[in-house]
Order: sequence, then C-alpha cells, then structure tokens
Amino acid sequence: MEGLERILKQHPFFAGLEDAFCDLVCGCAKNVSFQAGQYLFHEGEPADWFYLLRHGRVALQIAAPGRGALTFQTVGEGEIVGVSWLVPPYRWSNDAKALELTRAIAMDAACLRRKCESDHDLGYEMMKRFMPVLIQRLQAARLQILDVYGVHA
Amino acid sequence: MTPRVARVLRRRREGPAIWTLEIESEATHAFAPGQFNMLTAFGVGEAAISLSGDPGKSGLLIHTIRVVGPVSAALAGVRPGDAIGLRGPFGAGWPMTAAEGRDVIVVAGGLGLAPLRPALHRLLAERSRYGKIVLLYGARSPRDILFRRELESWRRRLDIDIEVTVDHADSDWRGHVGVVTTFIARAAFDPFHAIALVCGPEVMMRFAIAALRDAGVADKTIYLSMERNMKCAIGFCGHCQFGTVFVCRDGPVFRYDRVRAMLALKEL
Repeated sequence: MEGLERILKQHPFFAGLEDAFCDLVCGCAKNVSFQAGQYLFHEGEPADWFYLLRHGRVALQIAAPGRGALTFQTVGEGEIVGVSWLVPPYRWSNDAKALELTRAIAMDAACLRRKCESDHDLGYEMMKRFMPVLIQRLQAARLQILDVYGVHA
Repeated sequence: MTPRVARVLRRRREGPAIWTLEIESEATHAFAPGQFNMLTAFGVGEAAISLSGDPGKSGLLIHTIRVVGPVSAALAGVRPGDAIGLRGPFGAGWPMTAAEGRDVIVVAGGLGLAPLRPALHRLLAERSRYGKIVLLYGARSPRDILFRRELESWRRRLDIDIEVTVDHADSDWRGHVGVVTTFIARAAFDPFHAIALVCGPEVMMRFAIAALRDAGVADKTIYLSMERNMKCAIGFCGHCQFGTVFVCRDGPVFRYDRVRAMLALKEL
C-alpha cells in the first residue's frame, strides 16, 4: 500500500492530498496496465472505475455508423480518464481505448462514492479536484463544437 | 498604391481549399516575419495575405491562401507563369528582437500557422539567440494540418518542442486530439521569462491568451496577429480600424496589453 500511496500522491490529480484522505483513497486504488488497442471501458457499461494515467495515452471515442470510431480527445500521462462515475446513472458515455502501452491507477468508483458519502470532507475534496477537469473539458468541447478553424460565412 | 506585376513560380495544395503560392521576388524585397502583402488577382480584386515563407531566403515570396471568397479563389487558382499584382510588405511583424534570450512559445491554430511560419524559420535559423522554443499547433482534423512535412522535419530536431493536435479524428490518427489551448498548461517553458506568439481564429486566441496568463505569462510578453478587412494597407482608408489602431499599419501583430481592452468589445 505504501508504494501505491506514493504513486498516488505523485500523480498531478492528487497533488497535495492530505494524508488522511490519501489513506481513504488508497483503499479504493490498484495498479493496472493496458496494451495498445485494449479498451479501458466501452460506452454504456457501468462506470465502476476511473483511471489516473501514469504512462501512455488513451483515446476517448464515440463510434458513429459508417464512420467508425471518432476520437474527440486523447488523454495522457498525468491526466484522468473517466468522469461518468461521479454522477448517476454511472454509465460511460464513450469508449476509452489505449493507443499505446498504458499504465494507470484504477480507482474503484463504488468504493470511492461510498467513502465520499460517509465523509463529506473527502467528497468535497474530490469535487474540488474533478470540477476543474470537467470545466476544462466542457470549454474544450465548446471550442470543438464552434469549429473555429472552419470557413464561416 | 500601384501594385507591381509578379510572376507565380509554383502552386502547391496544402489542404482542403488551402494553397501555397511561390512568387518571384526582387532580391531587395525583404520582409519581417508576421508582415503581409496585398495580392491582386487582376480583374477580380485585391486581398491582404500573410507572408508564410522563410525570410532568410531571397528571391522568393511565399503566401498561403485559403479560399473564402472570389479574390482568394482567383488567387488560389493561378497557375505557374501567371501574373498577379503585389504591394508590400506591410505592417508590424513578430517581436523577433524582443524574443532574444527568452523562451518562445508559439501557439498556432488552423491557418494561423502560416503567418507564424516565417518566425519559426527565423527562430530555428538563429537558434542560439533564444531559450526554449515550443510550438503548439491545433488543426481541425489530420487532413487540415498545414506544412506537414516541415513540421515532421522540425520535430526531428532536438532543440524545439512541437505538439500537434486536432479537434477531431478518426481511429487512423495516432496523434493528439483536443483543443490546442489545453496544451499550454503542460508545455515546458519558463512563463516568467518567455514571450508568446499567438495566431489563429480570434476565439481560439482569446482562450490561448487566457491559458498563457493562467500559466504566468505577462500580458506585455504576449503577441497576437489580428485579422481585419484590410484594403489600403497603409492606414488611410479605415477599413481595418480596430478601436484606436489600424490593423494594417499598427499591426497585424500587436502586444496583447495594447489591444486587451478592445478585444473585449464585441462591437469591434
């Protein structure tokens, strides 16, 4: 567990996390790896885990009929994969596919949700860390929707 | 105001509706990175087009043109040997002297890479004068990436960091997907000792500037290239007036702190 705690604290997402919170979070964490081409999760599946990437790169994709898998974001070292675990119905809204060998810390979402429910300070700490990621992704999605590089009359 | 006649030497397709023209030049026709020329398609009209070539190479002027209207369509449609009209170079360019001794972060979006390309050539030609050089380039999709071979060649160098990202891609694309502005926070440079050169659609530039400021880059060390409807190119006609400045004469490259208030005005 000590090794995992150290790795967790070194990850930018959990930088500066208090020791007491780190102990709680570590209880829900495990090391995982994915080979290139392997899926971390698929659209529609229960969002039971989320991932702190330590190494590698993951494509977030949505499959469109006749167009195949469309990548709308790639995520790399120091970033997180998966935000749907935070809010009901806790289902993935996209696929996540490793583009190369990817190492990550997998967080058991149900375990963390339970701990956040029983310790609202931990819940608030988690929200404070996830909200900037969510807002940055929302802003990025807006720019993508605006198609700023396109030709507009 | 009278254009001279110049001969087109080569024409190359860069991407969907984007063409690069190589135009013969007098050896004296030097330009600074960031400047533009007024190009005339005879019988159609005149348009302001950024210089996109290497300022260190004499005898050749390079312009990269996106087809958006009749004039740009006529210019993009010329063939080697055809004559076009040319006035320039005009405007204030990128702050190459002020950048010396500093880290340089270049943020380009879409066709915005074209006006930055001469600056990149200069930075790499005089590499020892600058600190770290970072190029962050965002394009619409993989097929819209400009100057691809050149980017790949620069990427092989060990003295420049280059990240290329696209807004969307199919599964064949192995590179980054995501908006270019999000790469600023992850770029390795000293924000307190850096100068930023930004060019792209105005919305993208506003978000890039916000990210640069969040990273600690001072307003007075952020430069952006503005685009407005330029006609005379010498500050007489007023078509490109942007608040208290004329983009053709006082720009197109501006220091951010000098246009910050005007950028926030939706009426301008």
